[in-house]
Amino acid sequence: MIGRLEGLKSYLLPQFLIDRDDYRCIRCEVCARQCAFEVHWYDEEEDAVFADESKCVGCLRCATLCPTNALVVRHNPTQHPPNANWTREVLQNIYKQSETGGVLLTGMGCDTDYPIYWDRIVLDASQVTNPSIDPLREPMELRTYLGAKPDALKVGRKGGKPSLETRITPQLKLETPIMFSAISYGAISYNACESLARAAAEAGTYYNTGEGGLHRNLYKYGEHTICQVASGRFGVHADYLEVAAALEIKIGQGAKPGIGGHLPGEKVSAEISRTRMIPKGTDALSPAPHHDIYSIEDLAQLIYALKEATHWSKPVSVKIAAVHNSAAIASGMVRAGADIIVLDGIRGGTGAAPTMIRDNVGIPIELALAAVDDRLRQEGIRNRASIVVAGGIRSSADVVKAIALGADAVYIGTAALVALGCHVCQKCYTGKCNWGIATQDPYLSKRLNPEVGARRLVNLLRAWSHEIMEMLGGMGINAIESLRGNRLRLRGVGLTREELDILGIKHAGA
Amino acid sequence: MLREVRFRDDKDFSGCSIFGMMNVRGERFNGEPMITAIANMKERSNGLGGGFAAYGIYPQYAELYCFHMMYDDRGAREETEEFFKSRFDVEGAEVIPTRPCEGVDDPPLLWRYFLRPRESLVCSEREADDFVVQAVMHINVRIEGAFVFSSGKNMGVFKGVGFPEDIGRFFRLEDYEGYTWVAHGRFPTNTQGWWGGAHPFNILDWSVVHNGEISSYGINRRYLEMFGYICTLHTDTEVIAYGVDLLLRKHGLTVEDMARVFAAPLWTEIDRMPPREREVHTALRQTYGSLLLNGPFSIIISNRSQMIGLTDRIRLRPLVAGRSGEFMYISSEEAPIHLVDDGLQETWIPQGGEPIIAELAEKMEEIETKGAEVISLPASDSA
Amino acid sequence: MKIDVDHHAGLPGVFMRVDGRVKINARHLHYRELNNMIKGAASEGVEEIVVENVFGQRYIGSGIRRPVRIVIHGVPGNDLGAFMDGPRITVDRNAQDGVGNTMNSGLIVVHGRAGDIVAMGMRGGRIFIRDGVGYRAAIHMKEYRKLRPVLVIGGDTQDFLGEYMAGGLVIVLGLKGGKGKRSRFRARHIGTGMHGGLIFLRGEIEEHQLGKEAVAVPATQEDKELIRPFVEEYAGYFAADAASIMGSDFLKIYARSHRPFGGLYAY
Repeated sequence: MIGRLEGLKSYLLPQFLIDRDDYRCIRCEVCARQCAFEVHWYDEEEDAVFADESKCVGCLRCATLCPTNALVVRHNPTQHPPNANWTREVLQNIYKQSETGGVLLTGMGCDTDYPIYWDRIVLDASQVTNPSIDPLREPMELRTYLGAKPDALKVGRKGGKPSLETRITPQLKLETPIMFSAISYGAISYNACESLARAAAEAGTYYNTGEGGLHRNLYKYGEHTICQVASGRFGVHADYLEVAAALEIKIGQGAKPGIGGHLPGEKVSAEISRTRMIPKGTDALSPAPHHDIYSIEDLAQLIYALKEATHWSKPVSVKIAAVHNSAAIASGMVRAGADIIVLDGIRGGTGAAPTMIRDNVGIPIELALAAVDDRLRQEGIRNRASIVVAGGIRSSADVVKAIALGADAVYIGTAALVALGCHVCQKCYTGKCNWGIATQDPYLSKRLNPEVGARRLVNLLRAWSHEIMEMLGGMGINAIESLRGNRLRLRGVGLTREELDILGIKHAGA
Repeated sequence: MLREVRFRDDKDFSGCSIFGMMNVRGERFNGEPMITAIANMKERSNGLGGGFAAYGIYPQYAELYCFHMMYDDRGAREETEEFFKSRFDVEGAEVIPTRPCEGVDDPPLLWRYFLRPRESLVCSEREADDFVVQAVMHINVRIEGAFVFSSGKNMGVFKGVGFPEDIGRFFRLEDYEGYTWVAHGRFPTNTQGWWGGAHPFNILDWSVVHNGEISSYGINRRYLEMFGYICTLHTDTEVIAYGVDLLLRKHGLTVEDMARVFAAPLWTEIDRMPPREREVHTALRQTYGSLLLNGPFSIIISNRSQMIGLTDRIRLRPLVAGRSGEFMYISSEEAPIHLVDDGLQETWIPQGGEPIIAELAEKMEEIETKGAEVISLPASDSA
Repeated sequence: MKIDVDHHAGLPGVFMRVDGRVKINARHLHYRELNNMIKGAASEGVEEIVVENVFGQRYIGSGIRRPVRIVIHGVPGNDLGAFMDGPRITVDRNAQDGVGNTMNSGLIVVHGRAGDIVAMGMRGGRIFIRDGVGYRAAIHMKEYRKLRPVLVIGGDTQDFLGEYMAGGLVIVLGLKGGKGKRSRFRARHIGTGMHGGLIFLRGEIEEHQLGKEAVAVPATQEDKELIRPFVEEYAGYFAADAASIMGSDFLKIYARSHRPFGGLYAY
């Protein structure tokens, strides 16, 4: 007796209402043409534009592009009976599941109101005892190297000149401590991938292929590409490993810790089929675990397999979702030979995840980061790997706070997609992204011009980098490494003793 | 007076004056010119701390570790002496001579000990050094009311709360003769005047005096803690001293490489270097980025054979060097060098991040073969 | 303000009047005592004050608004001539940091070197340094109406020369400590944040030594006429050969824009 109920009136209320100002509307039909969800249509007989609001996802494409600002999209104000437990979201989810028998699916990062610690942490600035530095004129260095560092260096002398005797293992060089998170070709359009690749190259940083392989046309950006090796091993072959600047083993993802993924066959186009090296039209299934990693020593085996396959020429990163025992896990990852460890917090984004998983599994990145950095220092192995954090970095201030807590660099995913036009409607999994990002529909994806996309991303990095420099300068610091792990420059506001202890910071005023 | 009642700030903040003077032939002179010089920069301190380190003052005990100690009370002294007896052969123990001096109030008990690590406990010299460092950490952390001013051989630190010239008179520095002296006048903004918190800060032979404020203190300290250093004083100076110990003694870097860590060249400069030099500088920054001393500082680091001056890489704190025959000077300001030496040959101002290294004559040959880039004297120096 | 000078006359050898001049032995004087004597003598209308045995006394020349001549024998302390408005100071040895800090008018001639931030925020008057200077010379120097500050440096400079300079004229001659040879300019970050004023450098620099807000071009003959009177004045003080200096090539450094940071903000 399980089955989708067809032909009956749904109990779901439209999430959004659309107000159309008929006086302003010029019947240009931009809204109708732009909406892949087929909300708007023009009725010639009535010479009017109508909307089926039940289909509206609130992506605001129509309102943004309407030349006369005739459209207002608003959250449906209809109220359920007041109830602190049985909220609108809870009820609507149950209606949806009782009508379909399905698992609730969503896109983007967790949208529930867990504490955002970034917003409870404030930064320091210099007054009198040391000068703040004006980054407009004084040198201000954001360059960051990711990879394992030795505990000590041996510098010899050759012909009176210093000469390095310790071999430094391969490093990634970032001109700003911000990279683009793993997002696969498949989850997003080719144009979105190209935008990220071009921007990373221009800004002197890196983007990450995710687990979808690397399109041939993007090999030229290889020096700025981190190629991911995930449980599905899609598109992983010798060239892919060769061309990458670094390799990243994806164990988990903040949006869906412990969960695999699947790209539905209808999205596996000819190009995606070629890139992922799977037959066209078949589902691309990512298993929940790597089936060659059932324990920590197996991770070491894969790390060294990748190093051996690439002649020890590039760092190997390992990404995990931030979970309860992240600190111990991270320690094991470092001892297993990871050069970079990536922590993805509960607010990390995704193209598709079961809602209950996304919203209930994992821990906030701030706490995971603080715990991991502390643990690695206590064990004296913090040098041996860089820490990169992902999942909910929204601004340059978040970046600065993350670095002061102990991160070497951050990944941004959602913020990068927002720069490309994403309005965080969370419907990525439908493949109907009106902004041309999370879609494989050529009609939609051509809306995103990779050149414009790259410009928007580079602008974002430039603006954030500048803001980071301003904040560093305010603290009297002119190199990012002097902020890294410098928790004395942070204070908490409105946090409990326990939270402060975990974050390793004092309360403001103390 | 006690460490426990100090404010619980992240660390002490202070401005300061520093002055160093060395006879490169190793000939000894008394503390008078040091007092004159540091008094001349009185405007840079505020009477809440002054101190001196002197090298070569105990030639008769040159092979023994000399511990200059301060005690809050007799109990602390007895506990410390028990500890000494359990680990060292105590060859000498006495009260450090002082005279009453206006401006120097409530001194703690001040003692010095000449110690030889118990033979059965250590074998090599390097081990002996580690043994002494551990002893210092033990006393400073575990023995209530006791604090080690200095723990080197044939040297000692004299410091306290007051203007440095008064501290100098209090300790009768005119009665000591050393070949290298460094001095410090302190302008703290948040200390309650604890004698142990004055500068120089010392560990083994290494002493550090410092002017400025290290904005990177938080990470410098966390980095050093990873290597087992326990920072009890919350001062930049302490962190610098441990950084020196780690880089020079434990990791075996040269003073020049240490300067490249503490005051690293900018990446734009490193990028322009010839390949091998670039490789070294890049690796130093990658490996020791957490020890970059970021923010304004000028420091004098000294040991039994060297006196090293260094400023931050964009020279936000002043440092002047001077030379006059056998004497080398490093100072916050130029005037005091002229004041103590009217035959001064030359003075110069080093570039930010470029160390001035004065070394005892027996080591001079070695320096000169290293070339001009090592010893940052002007080109005329070799003449 | 009436400052009591005469009680110092009681200290033998400290304060003496000689032929209409005043002579002060500063050897054991705190800066406040010394400056009180100088101010007092100046307010009496003394034309020349000779100060001997100066060792680091600060703020000499500050707070005096008449063109009194102050001759300093020794090394004056920081902030020599800070906020100065009129006096003419000569120093026979090196000077320390902050010479001419926010100076409005007057003259400072140093027969030696000066330390960091010479002419910081200087708005008028002239400073001549025989040898080199430290970091951040002419930082935020500016001009206003008829006030146009001039800083002439005989030797070379350390980094951040003319940092966010907004006006005025800086001339760097690159004469190495009287040895005649022109030194290679080592200074980095020249004119960084510069948005006004002119720097003339005798000699060459490499592109990377220049801040991104500054432009360097070879000085034309017309440009050189602008600096000639000041080079000649320099040569007069320090017995240099003005003609041979002026015969060399100069670089002119100016601000790329008066609003270098106009494009910084999003809105």
